[in-house]
Amino acid sequence: MSTVAHEHDHHHAPTGLKRWIFSTNHKDIGTLYLIFSLMMFFIGGAMAMIIRAELFQPGLQFVDPQFYNSMVTVHALIMIFGAVMPAGVGLANWMIPLMIGAPDMALPRMNNMSFWILPFGFALLISTLFMNGGGPAGGWTMYPPLVLQLGDAFPFLIFTVHILGVSSIMGAINIIATVFNMRAPGMTLMKMPLFVWTWVITAFLLIASLPVLAGAVTMLLTDKYFGTSFFNAAGGGDPVLFQHIFWFFGHPEVYILALPAFGIVSTIIPTFARKPLFGYASMVYATASIAILSFFVWAHHMFTVGMPIKGELFFMYATMLIAVPTGVKVFNWMATMWRGAMTFEAPMLFSIAFVILFTIGGFSGLMLGITPVDFQYHDTYFVVAHFHYVLLTGAVFSLMAAAYYWLPKWTGYMYDEKLAKIHFWLSTIAANVLFFPQHFLGLAGMPRRIPDYNIVFADFNMISSIGGFAYGISQLLFVYIVIKCALGGKKAKAQAWEGAKGLEWTVPSPAPFHTFETPPKLTKSMLEN
Amino acid sequence: MASKQRGVKKTTTILFVVTILMFGFGYAMVPLYDAFCQITGLNGKTQRVTEGAGEASPLIDREVRILFDSNVNGDLPWRLKPSLKSLKVQPGKFYDATYTVTNMANVPVVGQAIPSVSPQVASLYFKKSECFCFVNQVLEPGETKDMLVRFEVDQDLPKDVGALTLSYTFFRAKGDNS
Repeated sequence: MSTVAHEHDHHHAPTGLKRWIFSTNHKDIGTLYLIFSLMMFFIGGAMAMIIRAELFQPGLQFVDPQFYNSMVTVHALIMIFGAVMPAGVGLANWMIPLMIGAPDMALPRMNNMSFWILPFGFALLISTLFMNGGGPAGGWTMYPPLVLQLGDAFPFLIFTVHILGVSSIMGAINIIATVFNMRAPGMTLMKMPLFVWTWVITAFLLIASLPVLAGAVTMLLTDKYFGTSFFNAAGGGDPVLFQHIFWFFGHPEVYILALPAFGIVSTIIPTFARKPLFGYASMVYATASIAILSFFVWAHHMFTVGMPIKGELFFMYATMLIAVPTGVKVFNWMATMWRGAMTFEAPMLFSIAFVILFTIGGFSGLMLGITPVDFQYHDTYFVVAHFHYVLLTGAVFSLMAAAYYWLPKWTGYMYDEKLAKIHFWLSTIAANVLFFPQHFLGLAGMPRRIPDYNIVFADFNMISSIGGFAYGISQLLFVYIVIKCALGGKKAKAQAWEGAKGLEWTVPSPAPFHTFETPPKLTKSMLEN
Repeated sequence: MASKQRGVKKTTTILFVVTILMFGFGYAMVPLYDAFCQITGLNGKTQRVTEGAGEASPLIDREVRILFDSNVNGDLPWRLKPSLKSLKVQPGKFYDATYTVTNMANVPVVGQAIPSVSPQVASLYFKKSECFCFVNQVLEPGETKDMLVRFEVDQDLPKDVGALTLSYTFFRAKGDNS
């Protein structure tokens, strides 16, 4: 019976380009997401290289200030919406059905659509760079009135944000529908792998916050073309209102980028420490409380706009409060490693680096969260250093860890461990050379989003740029390792890692096109967290 | 399997509704923010009163200095100047102040003024009975006009506020293309 079903599927599986365009298979769509995000990572990275080249020395060298500013803006939009978020959704697509024993995502057609509108969104965004008046250059936060001065690119920017929002919301709905309805019998919510938990919570954040962003940019659009005055002071509106609405989305967005990273690291560390995750339940509750708190701290991004002292205090204390569940997580990761039989394969190296470097980013975040101190740090390179520690050495490092961890499952081959370790060390050293000096630049008062700077900042900027180029080049090694792994190598076992737990390791490597068409029987040991 | 399908349908429907509600919440933040500003004085938005309404309480012996400030936004070809730099007032009494505005362009221009008071906490106690703000003002080429603002400072103004600034900014009115 099962062989008949098997042949039947193969008969209908489209091949070539059609396989990818019309795919409703969670593994294929996951692969598409991951490849797309890697491409975006390099496009956004190329923009970062332009930025660092311009900042290599004081004065204007390579690009004019307008173009520099649009590089800063588009780099941010591409890295956030094009690289980190789709990579997370790609991992969710690939792994969640495998982890909960489901045959596919709950809404496979919507899954296809939510991926395929992404390339169009980014085509719109990148096309703005060639338009009359240049690309968006007022920062990714799109503050009015500055953003309203944008030329022909303005409506394209707005529609890009709409498209990316629609895509992410559809992805989020799909993930929640899958996890709530498609789990294998016996897999209760508190038995789910932590990666699934963090993604469910992330999906709720997406659904609650992205529509608000869509509303905010729609207001910008009607302000510019349809005579409304939401943010126009001349018509009785208030530009500061935009900042409130934007950051009501913007702060949860930060955790949309970070929570899946927590899930990845919580999966990898137990595998290579060969111990169950310490404090599973507290991890779930910590993730949920971070998510809930993230809706009550938005104004710490705008302490300097002028707020009543009580407001500033409220947002300061609420921000400090987030350090508590985050601290619980860091503690649990360390306790998991404590007296574990640890080995240091590339995924583990990236995960440990994540724990250390994300914590550094967290601490600089705490510094920024202190209202009076923020008045000095606001809009300086200190902020740039902070969010790159949490997003690059945090989120991106965890994605690298995830890629190495699951590559054997995806391709059926082990990647080249030696090269991966070289990639890890190059990335880690380069990223710190790149971003650590930016703390000093910020404390000394160098403003962000400026193509030129005072000569006193020259040395640290040169060091930072050298780190930047080194980081950029070393990521090419990652592409080489991935391609090499996809083409062949040592065969991976079903359980590619000795200490790995979870349903995804019970299916062969590479994972067959269809898995868990009949729900798996869960044994007790599979459900241990 | 059928129950699974039903479950998926139900979850999806609920989540779509939540999405639409959250889109609406973005818009709901506009009136919420206005109400919030009204209550807290955030943004320096000034208060309106009708003169003679309410009981007049006996004047207290206190002096507050009002500083007058003026700005013209963007490319509006106007000049705006307060007739006085500052004025000492007694809380609870009404005073007049004038701003002189001139159109420097050779075409008629429509502008609109927005007031603001700082420190923010004082804006709750700064009350205008007459003002030239929030309405379109048309100035012919080269025309000069005096604009009146009549105001009082509430007696409950916190003790630590000894001076406050009244600032007007003229914007080009929406839809003015001159």
